[in-house]
Amino acid sequence: MILRRDARILVQGITGREASFWTERMLEYGARVVAGVSPGKAGQSVSGVPVFGSVRDAVTAGPVDVSVLFVPPMAAKGAALEAIGAGVKLVVVLTEHIPVHDVMAVLAEARDAGARVVGPNCPGLVTPGETFVGIMPAWADNIFRPGEIGVVSRSGSLGTLVCLNLVRDGFGESAFVGIGGDAVNGTSHLDVLRAFEADTRTRAIVLVGEVGGGMEEEAAEYVPRMSKPVVALVAGQAAPPGKRMGHAGAIVSGGKGSAAAKMAALARGGARVVDVPSRIGPVLRELGLSAGPRGRP
Amino acid sequence: MFLEEGAAKAILARAGVRVPGGARATTADEAAEAARAVGRPVVVKAQVPAGRRGKGGGIRFAATPDDARVAAQDLLGSDVSGFRVDAVRVEARVDIARELYAAVVTDAARRCPVLLFSTEGGVDIEETFAVRPGAVIQRPLDIRRPLEVAEAEAALGGAGLGPAAAGVARLLSTLYAVYRSTDADLVEVNPLALEPGGGVVALDAKVVIDDAAVGRHPELPKPAHAGTELERRGAEQGLLFVELDGDVGVLANGAGLTMATMDAVAHFGGRPANFLEIGGQNYRRATEALGLVLANPRVKSLLVNLCGAYARTDVIIEGFLAGWEALAPSLPVAFSIHGTGEARAIELVKARLGITPCDLMDDAVRAAVEAARQRS
Repeated sequence: MILRRDARILVQGITGREASFWTERMLEYGARVVAGVSPGKAGQSVSGVPVFGSVRDAVTAGPVDVSVLFVPPMAAKGAALEAIGAGVKLVVVLTEHIPVHDVMAVLAEARDAGARVVGPNCPGLVTPGETFVGIMPAWADNIFRPGEIGVVSRSGSLGTLVCLNLVRDGFGESAFVGIGGDAVNGTSHLDVLRAFEADTRTRAIVLVGEVGGGMEEEAAEYVPRMSKPVVALVAGQAAPPGKRMGHAGAIVSGGKGSAAAKMAALARGGARVVDVPSRIGPVLRELGLSAGPRGRP
Repeated sequence: MFLEEGAAKAILARAGVRVPGGARATTADEAAEAARAVGRPVVVKAQVPAGRRGKGGGIRFAATPDDARVAAQDLLGSDVSGFRVDAVRVEARVDIARELYAAVVTDAARRCPVLLFSTEGGVDIEETFAVRPGAVIQRPLDIRRPLEVAEAEAALGGAGLGPAAAGVARLLSTLYAVYRSTDADLVEVNPLALEPGGGVVALDAKVVIDDAAVGRHPELPKPAHAGTELERRGAEQGLLFVELDGDVGVLANGAGLTMATMDAVAHFGGRPANFLEIGGQNYRRATEALGLVLANPRVKSLLVNLCGAYARTDVIIEGFLAGWEALAPSLPVAFSIHGTGEARAIELVKARLGITPCDLMDDAVRAAVEAARQRS
C-alpha cells in the first residue's frame, strides 16, 4: 500500500465531477493515471486519459497496479468486485456510506483473490515527491514533503493536519496511508504498521486513530515488536459515549472504543501518545529524529 | 438504526419465527386494553432503544388487565437505561423451560458476520463471555452464502439441546436470513425461550439496521429521531450535529479533525459546545452548519478550524461568510485554515471580516477558549 512513482493507476468512475477534478490533480503531480472506467462512456477521455466501459477492457489494454474508486455508495460493491475480478491487486475505495454488508462481500472476494482493499471511506495514498491516488492535497508543499515519517490515519482531514504539523516542524513523510473511517474496512492500522516496519525509507511512524472499534488496540500489541518508534494521536477524547462522531465507525459503545482506552493500550505497547497534533513534532525530536537530508533545508 | 422491539418482532414473525402475541401502548388505558385482548397474564415492557431493560426495571409482569394498567402507569414517562419511556409493549407471558441466547452480528475485527449462540440466555451475553467464554458458541459466516440449517445444527453440536436442536438450528438459519435481507448490524434474540413442549419462541428481539443501508429498505419503519431539538434540526438538514454541554462552538471539516478540535478545546481548558461535521459532500453546507452552531444559546465563542483535503476550504468559507453576514452575530470568532483552497479562504476572511486567521491551530483554539471564558 506504499505506492512508488511508477504505479499504474486506474480511476473508476472517472467521468464524474469530483473524479475528473482529482484525476487532473493526480496527473499534475506526475502520477501515472493510465486508464479510467465509466460504464457506457468507452472511447471518451478525461484529461487525456482513455476511458473504458469496464475494468476488464481497461486491463486488457494495459496493466494496472492500483484502482481508485470514485463511485456512489450503492454502485461501489459492483465496481470493487469488477476490479478484483479483473485481477487488480490494490483497490482504494474513497466512497463513504457504502452499506456494511456490501463492504464485507467485497473484502471476502478480495481475500480469496489475494487483493488488498484500502478503505472504504478513505482519503487515499500519498508518497510525497512520487505519486498519489485519492483526495489528499499532495501538491501542497506545506503539507507533504519527501521524508522519513510514515503516517497512517483513519481520517483525511486530521491526517492532513498532522502532515501539516510534521512539515512545519521540519519533517517530511515517507508515505501517507488513509485507511478510512468505517467500522469494517480492508486495511487496518496494524496492516500499515507492518508495511512501514518493512519499508526501508520509513524511520518512524505517526498513527492517527479515533474512537470506535478495536483497530488501535490491535495495532498496540504489535508496537513492542517493531524496530521503529511510533507516535500516536487518538481523536475523540472529548467525545460522549453512544453518539456517532461523523464516521460510521466512530462511536463509543458499551464502554468500548473510547479514546482513553486506545491511548492507554498504545502507551502500554510503547508508543508515545500525544493529546494534540502540535505535540507530534516535538516528540519525534525527543525520540532523536531530525529533519534529515530529505526534510526541509 | 435501532428498531423498536415490536417492529423487530414483526420482521422476525414475517420470516417465520414465533413471537408472543401482543400490542404497543402509549397510555395506561391502552395497556389494560391490550392485556384484555391477550386474555392471559402478560409482560409489560418499556420500549427504549437499549438493552438491559430487565435490570433497569423496564420489564413488569401483570396477571390482570388492572395490573397491566398499573405497570404501564409506572413505566410510561419514567427513565429506563437512560431513555424516557414513551411506549410499552404488552404481550402474552410464555411458559419457559429454558432460556437461550442467539444472535448474528457484524464483527468488524473479523470483517464478516458472526453467529453467536449460548444455552445461557436471558442475561447479558458480554458478561457470560467474560466469565465463561466457552459458554458462547461463535461461528464466523461467509456473507456471500446463506446459512444452511445443517450448518447451523453442526455449529450447535455440543450445546446439548437434545431434540430441540433441529428447531433452534432452523431459527438460527432464519435469523441469518433476516440479518442479510434487512442489512442489519445486529439481529439478537435474548432470551430465546424453549417451551416445555419443545417449541422455540423469541421472547425479545433486537434488530439494528446499518445506517448506510437504510435508504435501500423503504419497507422498514423509520423511528423518530431521538436527541435534542438542535440535533433533530441538524438531522432534518442532513447534518450530523451532536450537542455537548460546553460553550465554545466548533466548526471544522471532517469527522477526525472535528473530534481533534474538540479535544484541543478541552486540552486548553475550554469546553466544546458541539460536534458538527461538514466534511465529505457536506463541505458545501457551511451556511446551514453555522446556523446550527449559533442557534445553541450556550455558545459564547466560535472556533473555525479547517484543514481541507477533499473539502475545499474556500468553498466552506464562502458558505460560512454568507451565513455570518446574514445572521450578524456579536460573537468572538477565531480561525485556523489550511489545506485545499487555503490561500483564497484566508483572503476572504481577511477582506470580509477584517480578521487574520491564526497560522497555528493551537493559537486559534486558545483564542476561542479565552474569549468564551471572558464572556462567562
